[in-house]
Amino acid sequence: MSNAWWPWAVLVLLGAYHGVNPGMGWLFAVARGLQEKRRQAVLSSLLPIALGHEAAIVVVVVAVSLTEQFVEPYLVRLIAALVLVSFGVFKLAKPRSHPSGFGMRVGFGGLAGWSFLMSTAHGAGLMLAPVLLGLPIAAAYHSLSEISLTAAAAATLHVAAMLLVMGAVAVIVYERVGLRILRRGWFNLDLGWSFVLIGSGAITLFTA
Amino acid sequence: MKKEMQMATTLLRPDQTFYPSPKLASEAPVETLAYMVTFDPTAKTPDRLVTLDVDPKSPNFGNEAGHVELPNLGDELHHFGWNACSSALCPYAPHPHIERRYLLVPGLRSSRIYVFDTKADRTKPKLVHTISAEEIASRAGYSRPHTIHCGPDGIYVSALGAPDGDAPGGIFIIDHDNFSVKGRWELDRGPQQLAYDFWWHLGYDTAITSEWGTPKMVENGVNPEILLAGGYGHKLHIWDLPKRRHKQEIDLGPEQQMVLELRPAHDPTKAYGFVGVVTSLKDLSSSIWVWHLDGSTYKAEKVIEIPAEPAAEDELPPLLKGFKAVPPLVSDINLSLDDRWLYVSAWGTGEFLQYDVSDPFKPKKTGSVHLGGIVRKAAHPKSGPLNGGPQMVEVSRDGKRIYLTNSLYASWDVQFYPEGIKSWVTLINAKPNGGLSLDDGFFTEFQQRTHQVHLEGGDASSDSYCYP
Repeated sequence: MSNAWWPWAVLVLLGAYHGVNPGMGWLFAVARGLQEKRRQAVLSSLLPIALGHEAAIVVVVVAVSLTEQFVEPYLVRLIAALVLVSFGVFKLAKPRSHPSGFGMRVGFGGLAGWSFLMSTAHGAGLMLAPVLLGLPIAAAYHSLSEISLTAAAAATLHVAAMLLVMGAVAVIVYERVGLRILRRGWFNLDLGWSFVLIGSGAITLFTA
Repeated sequence: MKKEMQMATTLLRPDQTFYPSPKLASEAPVETLAYMVTFDPTAKTPDRLVTLDVDPKSPNFGNEAGHVELPNLGDELHHFGWNACSSALCPYAPHPHIERRYLLVPGLRSSRIYVFDTKADRTKPKLVHTISAEEIASRAGYSRPHTIHCGPDGIYVSALGAPDGDAPGGIFIIDHDNFSVKGRWELDRGPQQLAYDFWWHLGYDTAITSEWGTPKMVENGVNPEILLAGGYGHKLHIWDLPKRRHKQEIDLGPEQQMVLELRPAHDPTKAYGFVGVVTSLKDLSSSIWVWHLDGSTYKAEKVIEIPAEPAAEDELPPLLKGFKAVPPLVSDINLSLDDRWLYVSAWGTGEFLQYDVSDPFKPKKTGSVHLGGIVRKAAHPKSGPLNGGPQMVEVSRDGKRIYLTNSLYASWDVQFYPEGIKSWVTLINAKPNGGLSLDDGFFTEFQQRTHQVHLEGGDASSDSYCYP
């Protein structure tokens, strides 16, 4: 499985999904643009949001790669599966858990911090764990730096996809579509997401 | 009481009563149902949550559609609010699939908060949970819950004071999923002690609170000694909303007694709002002030003054005889969703006023109607002479209809209207370019005292917005 292409494709797709999700950042970018009445405020919000998201992903990527080095592969899968399922169940029980203490007036650091916490609370990074297990991180490691390189590439590819989609949606909503779309197009992604988390946990478990 | 709440979640779209901006909300469909609380000033019958048929096409237009009685006596229902509203769409704490479904109804005397589910039978909401005074006291250290606002991250409630009836009053948070009291909101209250109303500028992360008096200062009626000494509230407080810290105090001057309803601009890009002052010790006038952000601090200035009206001593209640005048006693104010029209209730003189506040610093009086009043006792086309006066104001989202009730607070009602208030609810129509007219078809009297009205789906005082 070391040359598999599917994990990279899934990373991109998940990135696009996070980019489309209003709760992950584009809506905040649009709100800041509307509050300051200039497009530049939309655009300048995208980078800190993407960085925060990247940080949330990197935490999981590093955790997975390190665990893989020291723990038997089946145990890694077991741990990942358990974490995914329990987090999915938690999201079902408390779907509206989110970081507190934030408001509309946040700077670069605040926006990145918000995005980090929001992505973590969403389980954005966790969802990548099974995908990472399909990457040649553990199978072909020779040194820590090589692992980090693959891990960084994985996280960056995911976030690049997210940034691209998020930026496109933010600008289109800000410039053309308007806020009306929120009332029609904001599906309850959270419910489905909880089941995806639980489902991918189960798959991870049974492919262990 | 057993909790019978259900997880209030919409599956596909957000709750369709949530609107991202006040502009979009003003295009909402016309309301067909209104909720109104009524109370028994003698505490002999249970207070009620009443539903009113406000569908102009209905044969029952303007009349009661149903009611629910509370399980206790003497709660004195006052203000109330929704579990969730348009602020659920705010980008930093979004939860768009929560339902606007539960009404939280505080008893201002009992300190209980009743939670009603409006979904199963909209005309007869079902009592599903009661938050006890003890829970509020032990978890938040507060008592006498007053204003409810659905915030982006929870339900915010102001309280007049501490459980012993003294200061400080403040704000506490209720979880919008399970209605447990999460605790006191303020991390640093600075010099703030007195409390009454609160609201916010979500676009500026700023909360504003106002001052009335502690429970001990208000529950036995207005105390003339405290009043003449300037002892009731006369300040505004500015807070950092997410950091929950006091930032600034604005003193309107000790002669400005009782700083009550706060109406910030609905547009979150605007940092100004209106607040009413009940009475001035100088001449018994009432006033409206504008607070506004100037650089990095807030300032306030008086923009409307409503004078007292001279009256013969024998026409006045004992409290006012010495003054030989009727004070306007501005109690409630309200601002239309387009931030253009300000409505002002002068409960003493029985006048209801409309101002064009397109320029908030230069309001233009555009309309006035008279109903009741201490001396005037103005009639409605469907009634004889009325007492009480315009008090709680609610404005429909499209700004065309204004709902008015006439009772203030039991122990104050009797000081200004000692003959006993006969309570009513009525509709006033706002003309598109300014001006008011009484609605001949909608004037309904109630045995109990009428207080706040809220409209199905939201109104001009129920929702706040993160987008312009």
